[in-house]
Amino acid sequence: MLKDITLGQYFPGDTPAHRLDPRTKILLVVLYIAALFTAKSFLTYGLMALVLAACVRISKVGLKALVKGLKPVLFIIVFTGILNLFFTPGENELWAWGPFHVTDTGIQNAAFMVLRIMLLIMGTFLMTYTTSPISLTDGLERLLNGLKRFHVPVHELTMIMSIALRFIPTLIEETDKIMSAQKARGADFESGNLIEKARALVPILVPLFISAFRRADELATAMECRCYHGGEGRTKLHVLKYEGRDYVALALGALILAGVISLRVLGL
Amino acid sequence: MNDMIQTESLRFAYPADEGQKPVYALRGVDLEIEKGSFVVVLGHNGSGKSTLAKTFNAVLLPAGGKVYVEGMDTLDQELLLAIRQRVGMVFQNPDNQIVANVVEEDVAFAPENLGVPTEEIRKRVDAALKAVGMDEFVTHAPHLLSGGQKQRIAIAGVIAMEPACIVLDEATAMLDPIGRREVLTTVHRLNKEKGITVILITHHMNEAEAADRVVVMDDGRVDLDGTPQEVFSQVTRLRRLGLTVPDTVDLLDRLRLDGWDVPLDALSVEDCAAAVAGALK
Amino acid sequence: MAILEIKNLTHTYGIGTPFQRSAVEDISFAVEPGEFLGVIGHTGSGKSTLIQHLNGLLKPTSGQILLDGRDIWAEPKKIRNIRFQVGLVFQYPEYQLFEETVYKDISFGPKNQGKTGDELDHAVREAARLVGLRDEHLEKSPFELSGGQKRRAALAGVLAMEPKVLVLDEPTAGLDPAGRENLMANIREYHRNKGTTIILVSHSMDEIAQNVDRILVLKSAHILMSGTPAEVFTRAEELLSAGLDVPQITRVAMALRDRGVPIDPAVYTVEDLERQLLALKGGGSPC
Repeated sequence: MLKDITLGQYFPGDTPAHRLDPRTKILLVVLYIAALFTAKSFLTYGLMALVLAACVRISKVGLKALVKGLKPVLFIIVFTGILNLFFTPGENELWAWGPFHVTDTGIQNAAFMVLRIMLLIMGTFLMTYTTSPISLTDGLERLLNGLKRFHVPVHELTMIMSIALRFIPTLIEETDKIMSAQKARGADFESGNLIEKARALVPILVPLFISAFRRADELATAMECRCYHGGEGRTKLHVLKYEGRDYVALALGALILAGVISLRVLGL
Repeated sequence: MNDMIQTESLRFAYPADEGQKPVYALRGVDLEIEKGSFVVVLGHNGSGKSTLAKTFNAVLLPAGGKVYVEGMDTLDQELLLAIRQRVGMVFQNPDNQIVANVVEEDVAFAPENLGVPTEEIRKRVDAALKAVGMDEFVTHAPHLLSGGQKQRIAIAGVIAMEPACIVLDEATAMLDPIGRREVLTTVHRLNKEKGITVILITHHMNEAEAADRVVVMDDGRVDLDGTPQEVFSQVTRLRRLGLTVPDTVDLLDRLRLDGWDVPLDALSVEDCAAAVAGALK
Repeated sequence: MAILEIKNLTHTYGIGTPFQRSAVEDISFAVEPGEFLGVIGHTGSGKSTLIQHLNGLLKPTSGQILLDGRDIWAEPKKIRNIRFQVGLVFQYPEYQLFEETVYKDISFGPKNQGKTGDELDHAVREAARLVGLRDEHLEKSPFELSGGQKRRAALAGVLAMEPKVLVLDEPTAGLDPAGRENLMANIREYHRNKGTTIILVSHSMDEIAQNVDRILVLKSAHILMSGTPAEVFTRAEELLSAGLDVPQITRVAMALRDRGVPIDPAVYTVEDLERQLLALKGGGSPC
């Protein structure tokens, strides 16, 4: 069941979406999010959905995988939807009961909010699905490089991030194993009240933490054995270089954002 | 000078609890490991074999005595990177030594740290993956590979530093028989074809059969040292050290006790069968 | 009657996805009370999937598991009771230790079972004794123990539930030769004294050959062979061509037969081969 978590997963491939520079993709996601927050009408949201659909098509990532990514945040989406649906004040009240009232603005807001979160998450996931965690952190490191001047440990932070991503599948697998082992000793994770359920987690969490520390320790030694000594003087297997397609993609992204802003200004 | 690694009355103690005397894991080891040789280090748990391995590339530093890697003193901080580049290490748990999410990125990790230029890294990564027979897996995710494949990736990650020596610290302990065979074939090939010195720490006796030299550790000291044939002939001594002998040697030992005239050093299945068949004639 | 019966067991992962794959397919076999059964096969042969069905950690896609003649999934709500009766010790079980003391850790299983007071205390101490842990170990933190002792403590945690069937997945993996031999000796003694049915999963043909009454060989989700060690190792060539190992001594016997020495193909221990060779040499005086 834990295997369903798709966070940080990467689907290798060789599509234009995969070949883009990770920095381009990060910037595009930023542009996309900015556009999403500017959008205020069904027209613009439709446009945003279309843009995403086109990107999904290009990336050859199955729509199923993207939708699956929404599962962990389903609760937030539903909650936001309901909140907006029942609590938005508006002129045209369609239905009311106590503090709850549904207005036409409410319906619209709820639809927009839900759309916005879904598009935002799917857009971000599309980036992580088509970018290996290493090149993603690499891109992030390069984008944030300027912050080094302000003594922000950019290399260290991105190294931590990439190792964390690397160990997610390992730790998920380990959690499954420990859970099975404790279930074999009669552990019960399903029944009982909240406190009992929380206490039932101790036999999982303690071994998991101990194992994580052991792994960290061994990994540190292994990294030192491979001559790791911080970011200084490091070279890269893949050097990031903006190519023609990156400029085109960024220009397109900027154009879309500009378009959405213009539409907003025009009141559409 | 023909020594890859040389230790001189090497001692090492792990930090003890307060008020306790430190317990020495190594108590005077003098060992010379020849360049290009394939050396297997055996010993039961706690014999000091793993500790010894970790002193070979300055993961652990001597508390007494010296370790020299191609003449470089491991106590010299200045030489740390140079030493680690010459002596690569592969550890027991395959999952805890893979740094990256993509095979090629992981193999590139060491050359990146060493500041090797990009084109050269590419060449080294491809060559290293080819050398361990994993060149089909360049862009795979390591966590989906089998144990034996992960260890071969770890070996490739070490080879990419272009070391003169690889130390495998119980690197086969967690593998199934197929994985173990994969790793052994790989390191034997590297030893033969590239002349890389291999030091294999293990407690699987049969992994020592094809070695040039077997060193048996006990209680922080070298107890036996010789060719596999010489070492495994010491049946009673090995048993006393908590080790077993291959079944071939066990059989020959029993037959000798039964009064047969068979050699004790026919380690391999073929040699053993030949010796027994000869004695039957 | 068989204590455990596996009937046409199939388990398919990822049904309806492109990754759909049967880890075990239409497997049937029975285990007799008090039997010591060995299961061998490669990683990916379906061993782990199979054993996780025996105590109800996995639910069959189709087929049945009968314990004492009753389907273990007859009452899905009571599946925990099955786990107390079929004790499963996973690979590297020391990674499941979590309590402050070894005593508390061993009592986790029996406590879940509902044991209290003297009964609980007895179960814990008896289990510790069976695996060779001393009283002074019980009050220690499990993390202060040596690797081999941790393994024993984890094993005791399952034995303390006093299961009818004990399933061991690679109990000696990663131990040194002396550790392996000591632990197997403990397990043999436990089998002898308690008469518990044991299913031993191992990669090591030698370990299987020396301990079990019957061997089940799994290959790509199916049973390839089943029989006494002698029966199975008689088919050594078949095992080898399936990519499995045979005990080293069986290979020596094969090599001797190739040289025209008439050795019984069923030989798999050093003692056996020695006896046969002595018989062949006959009354002839030692040279």
